[in-house]
Amino acid sequence: MNASSSRVDARSGTRLFSGLGMRQKQVLWAWSFLAVPVLFYAVVRFYPTLEAFWISTTNWNLLTKPSFVGLANFKRLLADPVFWKVFGNTALYLLLGTPISLLLAFTIAYHLDRVRVLHGFIRALYFLPFLTTAAAMAWVWRWFYQPVPIGLFNNLLAGIGIAQQPFLRSTTQSLPAVLAPAIWAGLGFQVVIFMAGLRAIPTTYYEAARIDGVSNGTILRRITLPLLKPTIVFLVVFSSIGFLRIFDQVYNMTSQTSSDPGGPLNATKPLVLMIYQTAFSSFDMGYAAAQTVVLFLVLLVVSLLQLRLLKDR
Amino acid sequence: MSAASPMALRIEPGRIIAWLLLFGGGLLMVTPLAFMFATSLKDSSEIYDLAFFPAHPTLSNYVTVLSDGRFLRWFANSFGIAVAVTLSNVFFDSLVGYTLAKFQFRGRYLVFIAILSTLMIPTEMLVIPWYVMAKNFGWLDSYWGIMFPGMMTAFGTFLMKQFFETVPNDFLEAARIDGLNEFAIFWRIALPLVTPALSALAIFTFLSNWTAFIWPLIVTTSKELYTLPVGLTSFAVESQVQWELIMTGAALATLPTLTVFLLLQRYIVRGVVLAGLKG
Repeated sequence: MNASSSRVDARSGTRLFSGLGMRQKQVLWAWSFLAVPVLFYAVVRFYPTLEAFWISTTNWNLLTKPSFVGLANFKRLLADPVFWKVFGNTALYLLLGTPISLLLAFTIAYHLDRVRVLHGFIRALYFLPFLTTAAAMAWVWRWFYQPVPIGLFNNLLAGIGIAQQPFLRSTTQSLPAVLAPAIWAGLGFQVVIFMAGLRAIPTTYYEAARIDGVSNGTILRRITLPLLKPTIVFLVVFSSIGFLRIFDQVYNMTSQTSSDPGGPLNATKPLVLMIYQTAFSSFDMGYAAAQTVVLFLVLLVVSLLQLRLLKDR
Repeated sequence: MSAASPMALRIEPGRIIAWLLLFGGGLLMVTPLAFMFATSLKDSSEIYDLAFFPAHPTLSNYVTVLSDGRFLRWFANSFGIAVAVTLSNVFFDSLVGYTLAKFQFRGRYLVFIAILSTLMIPTEMLVIPWYVMAKNFGWLDSYWGIMFPGMMTAFGTFLMKQFFETVPNDFLEAARIDGLNEFAIFWRIALPLVTPALSALAIFTFLSNWTAFIWPLIVTTSKELYTLPVGLTSFAVESQVQWELIMTGAALATLPTLTVFLLLQRYIVRGVVLAGLKG
């Protein structure tokens, strides 16, 4: 009975489907393709985004019920000296990392573009670090920064008679020391993107300029850089977002069995590490969510600002 | 430029210097990797020795690290997770990209903008809600818990949509007239036409999941479920003085991606450029 009625249903279902017009069938197919993804984006992206904003207005330790506290978490952030230290560190990662890495990457790409001998091999050398795991490479660099007799850098310094440097143990040197492997790992990506951008510039421009006897420097300033602007905009935004979200290197280069990562004295701690510790060491979810809202706003402002500035020029 | 000979062997000193600097810089770039591999082959008594090449190369560090058992497990975890997430992305991102590129229906633009807008939200903002969700659903400390946030990405969807737009509609129409259903048209006609984009997406997704750190660190607590980067971190913090073992672990985490790169170099660089510029 049951089986036969469902068979009837199925048959009428097919009949219903074949009765639809071409357009209606298309619409039905489209939504059946999108059903699972739309559900996914709703549950795993949109709902959590709203929830993050909601949690940022609560006081919540995961065990008891969250209690609404309004903007108290944000007020607490503004009065927290650690937050300002972390905010400054994050800004430093961005302000040092982006210009240094882009300048290096452009210089390398510009010259590598003209190289014919071993072109592919040299490009591979620059690109290889991009394929490494940040957590693993952080330990290699951490080893380099050790004091003598272990650390490579201090051994080299000793070899040429320069005083030993504390690197990761110093409050002033540790941030650049952590930044170096991040720049190193991202450079290869920027180089290949710059080279693709350089290749996309029509050679006729260069030929015309050369016939007119324009110098190399002028060609670079008047032709190459302006035509490369879309590539530059993309890389500036992309790498800025990367440096603002730095985490893996810091966590791995500064973690100790005895103390929390981000040291010494919060000298290397970026915003994402503060978020991680507030949420998953202190379980202060509301306060951590407020920090993520700040991260979101910073990323938004920096991206929009750069897009605007670089588009206008 | 006094080009006397026809094929103009223009050996300018400036270009030679530039080449040498580039080459030297390239060698400098791989120095950390070279030291990592060299040290992984050194005996523990040799690591204070500054010589680059091990005096008595030995695989004993690899034996020590791998016979521990944990490393093999972490390696397998990372590999399995990266493969599963990559397959999911390749399937769903292309299905959605195809639908948005090739179907006419009300709400298409809205779905596209909605998916694209998720790119503005940094994942670090979502880890707290994801953690709460995983806790409520019992997904904490499980493979599914590590994988679920990355099963589809807006980046991949956007990339695939761009490429499906270049597929001529005539091909799809012809298949429709032949009586293929819409899924078969997607799967058998459209998908094979965008294989360069598919491989670019696969490379990017695999790489980012193989190296992923913060979310697996948050969601796992039992050591058997660690991914390789998280496992390596816990191992390294434990054995901080045994640098040769840490370097061996780091080398194991790096070897697979480097090997694949050396085999498929041109393909991978092209894929990364494609993904970077179109995505």
